[in-house]
Amino acid sequence: MSAQALTQPISRKSTTTQWEFWGRLLVVPYLLIFFIFVLYPVGYGLWLARHPDSYVRLIEDPIFYRTVVNTLVFLIVGINLKMLIALMLSGFFVQKRWWINVLSLLFILPWALPSIPTILSVRFMLNPEWGVINTQIFQLTGLDGPNWLNDPVLGLSLAMLMHIWKSLPFWTLILVAARLSIPGEQYEAASVDGATEWQKFKFITWPSMKTIYLTSTILSMIWTLGDFNSVYLLTGGGPADMTHVLATLGIRYLRLDQIDLAMASIVVAMPFVLPLVFFMMKRLSK
Amino acid sequence: MKKLTLKGVATEAKLLLIGIPLLIWTLIPVYHLFLFSISTKDSATSGHLWPVHPTLQNFEFVLWQKHFYLNYFWIQMWNSVFIAVSVGFLTLLISTFAAFAISRLKVRGGRTVLNLALFTYFIPAAFLAVPMYKTMSQYGLLDNQWALILAMITIASPYSIWVLKQASDKLPLELDEAARMDGATPMQLFWMVYLPLMVPSLVAVGTYSLLLAWNEYLYAFLLLSKENTFTVGVALGNFLSADDSPWELLMTTGLIYALPPAAIYYTFKRYMVSGLTAGAVKS
Repeated sequence: MSAQALTQPISRKSTTTQWEFWGRLLVVPYLLIFFIFVLYPVGYGLWLARHPDSYVRLIEDPIFYRTVVNTLVFLIVGINLKMLIALMLSGFFVQKRWWINVLSLLFILPWALPSIPTILSVRFMLNPEWGVINTQIFQLTGLDGPNWLNDPVLGLSLAMLMHIWKSLPFWTLILVAARLSIPGEQYEAASVDGATEWQKFKFITWPSMKTIYLTSTILSMIWTLGDFNSVYLLTGGGPADMTHVLATLGIRYLRLDQIDLAMASIVVAMPFVLPLVFFMMKRLSK
Repeated sequence: MKKLTLKGVATEAKLLLIGIPLLIWTLIPVYHLFLFSISTKDSATSGHLWPVHPTLQNFEFVLWQKHFYLNYFWIQMWNSVFIAVSVGFLTLLISTFAAFAISRLKVRGGRTVLNLALFTYFIPAAFLAVPMYKTMSQYGLLDNQWALILAMITIASPYSIWVLKQASDKLPLELDEAARMDGATPMQLFWMVYLPLMVPSLVAVGTYSLLLAWNEYLYAFLLLSKENTFTVGVALGNFLSADDSPWELLMTTGLIYALPPAAIYYTFKRYMVSGLTAGAVKS
């Protein structure tokens, strides 16, 4: 007994240090990645964007104003539309039918497939001369269809639809998981009380889903700021650079070797992004 | 058996009214891709909704590299495989180590490491690409496949760490205590107790990072610019720059490029869905 009492603190101390040693060693690979490929690049990028002159030039660039408007429309209209559809579809996918299970397998395809072949496929469909959509319009009505991607409003709307096509499955999946975690008895009890479908949604579904719905919307907004493919591969930012969003504008400046403008265009988004990131960090690290 | 009632029929009709448009919406771009790949150029560009004279000629052209756009097809395919597998493996290694250290070894400062990872997770990908490109050029890694591999590890590992940390927090603490009592070293605990229990989440994270790397376009096209080093995705993007591109071959290549991720996704779907929805948004 006394011997044990004597040895125990010592052995515990030695194991603690061993465990602490391995713990530190095992986080080193990730920390190296973080410092070399996140912290240093971000710090260096901010340093490159330090001159007020870069911001003046950015704001004077006629493309910039249009880009900001496009980005806001993309986030406010596009994302909210997507999340609203995802919310409704989550109610559809929790229905128990064999064919809905099959459909849900196919529905996930856009998310699993790489963007480039599918977006290029849509781009060809929309080709004004030989794309399948305008050829069909001509065959059915004898009229020429619109020059889809050569119209800034149509082009941006189609890019938003492309984004929705690609990421709707993911968010629907998240909201289906949230719906499935609501206990079924609540709905049964409501049915007994004669509640309508709308009342069930309003008093049972929505209260238990609104937090995850809000979080998903915010997360989707942050990520969509980085969605380069939906715009670049569909419209390339054109016609006349009128369908750019911040993601494609930054890369455009980078390709033109104007890194300070590229970084400035990212920095101007920070007052919008950082509060959202801060909110998400607080929520997830609870 | 359910009784056929008027209300029941109305419900089914309403569900079909959502389901059928949804199916069409989902499949149109994929069907169009497929349609192009089995059509001749003339047939593909004349706006038919069905294949008029289906042919496998395009596949022959792509697989036998019979067009100068496709001279490097198999090399690019190999590049995509090499990059995706490297990213999948290394991300798994790095993030499992980190999650184990944070969640099981309770390393001091583990919370901070997790927060750094979470912060990285929230940086929009196209925003990080700009300074990343610049620093990769400083490191002398431009046009080196390791630039893309390291960039994709940077993007994939935060989420992987997060998902793995969530999963390992759920393992009972008694396991570690029992192992410690038996005098196991941390690495013995890691290999013999921790890894076997974590297999479902490891599959989810490995698949996630592999698909992320295979499907990536932006970073690949920024960091790699030589025909024999870049991936199939970049090659597809390069078709766009020319006016006389053979579209039917581009679409066929795209279809071939899209098949492996679809196959991998459906094979590991069970793990993917549970692992990813659990981690994505904490309710």
